[in-house]
Amino acid sequence: MGIAADPNPKFQQYAHPERLVSTEWLAQHLGEPGLKVVESDEDVLLYETGHIPGALKIDWHTDLNDPVTRDYVDGEGFARLLSSRGISRDDTVVIYGDKNNWWAAYALWVFTLFGHPDVRLLDGGRAKWEAEGREYTTERPEIAPSEYPVVERDDTRVRAFRDQVLKALGTEKLVDVRSAPEYAGERTTAPDYPEEGALRAGHIPTAANVPWARAVAEDGGYRTREELEQLYLGEAGLSEGDDVIAYCRIGERSSHTWFALTHLLGFENVRNYDGSWTEWGSLVGVPVVQGAEPGEAPGR
Amino acid sequence: MSEDTTALPVQLQEIVEDFTSTPPSERLQLLLEFSEELPELPERYRDHPELMEPVPECQSPVFVVTELRDGHVHPYISAPAEAPTTRGFGSVLAQGLDGLSADEVRSIPGDFAFSLGLTQLISPLRLHGMTGLLARIKAQVDRLAG
Repeated sequence: MGIAADPNPKFQQYAHPERLVSTEWLAQHLGEPGLKVVESDEDVLLYETGHIPGALKIDWHTDLNDPVTRDYVDGEGFARLLSSRGISRDDTVVIYGDKNNWWAAYALWVFTLFGHPDVRLLDGGRAKWEAEGREYTTERPEIAPSEYPVVERDDTRVRAFRDQVLKALGTEKLVDVRSAPEYAGERTTAPDYPEEGALRAGHIPTAANVPWARAVAEDGGYRTREELEQLYLGEAGLSEGDDVIAYCRIGERSSHTWFALTHLLGFENVRNYDGSWTEWGSLVGVPVVQGAEPGEAPGR
Repeated sequence: MSEDTTALPVQLQEIVEDFTSTPPSERLQLLLEFSEELPELPERYRDHPELMEPVPECQSPVFVVTELRDGHVHPYISAPAEAPTTRGFGSVLAQGLDGLSADEVRSIPGDFAFSLGLTQLISPLRLHGMTGLLARIKAQVDRLAG
């Protein structure tokens, strides 16, 4: 299926090495038939200032979200979006973006909801490509629209909803990937980020705090498997075979962690709670813990 | 949604009209052009970021300092190249507010960012960054004008 995986030795340690590509690999394969490169950024104008030659833009706000309901586009919407970008179901899609691939990982996770078979992340994202002085262009690629099939979104495998999170307390492992002050309840938004409408501060009981950025190496790519194991299996107390739910503030940073747990460490049941703190922190009656300790699951 | 911007100072009103008269599909391009026109900081601030105030409402490192000379407001804004949207917002305010009187700046509605016709294209979160930037300029003007 798709294009042969990047044989980069760093990736071979990971559970699913085929889910990452290096900047070298991408530079060599640009323009190859069956390869589509997608940029997904936090900053909606960054793509326009320059992007990897041939890359298409997908915006999390205007493309992947439903404009009215707080939810993602449905099967028809996704088919329409990918058709308009000329992406076919059997294409190999490589996604990259700014901010250490926050939004790229988020887009990749949404692609996963629709079961796109071959979707990969560019390790290190925009920052690494840029640091290596690789080519950018402002020229938009010419797109021949494709006919992407309508595939229903599958919310059961990699997505968690609030009621499921509540039920999972005490049985599944939770990972809160926000910063320590957000976790402790000293603030409801990431440092330097604006207020985003959560009425209570703190974390979901039992959640371990592993800020997402700790999975990132100096070059902006993911840390090695050994380092990731030390982080999640060692410090955060996850065990092989655990069912895990990751969350952050709106689900983008936790997509980055979801990717690491699922594709790099090989956890088979990791779900991203995209409602995250902006939902949980405003829900009436749900348990919240403040302070540096995970806290106990409420008795039932 | 309030589209009533008749009370805006003329030069700012012109920018609003630039945006609202542009088809929605081309408005981001216009914002990009603004971002490219964000004036360089004067030398006295270039090497002295500590003289400027950080704007934590923006999602990138943004700094602003406002001067009041002979009754005219001059905002100076810095934002990194990798944050073109924020640069664009900064540029709209730097160009739209430069040379106005303190009272004119104070009269600009706090939700000005939402009058540029960008709400469908840019997440509300980012527009809050522009709101924060404007609020800080207004607060600085208040301190300077007394």
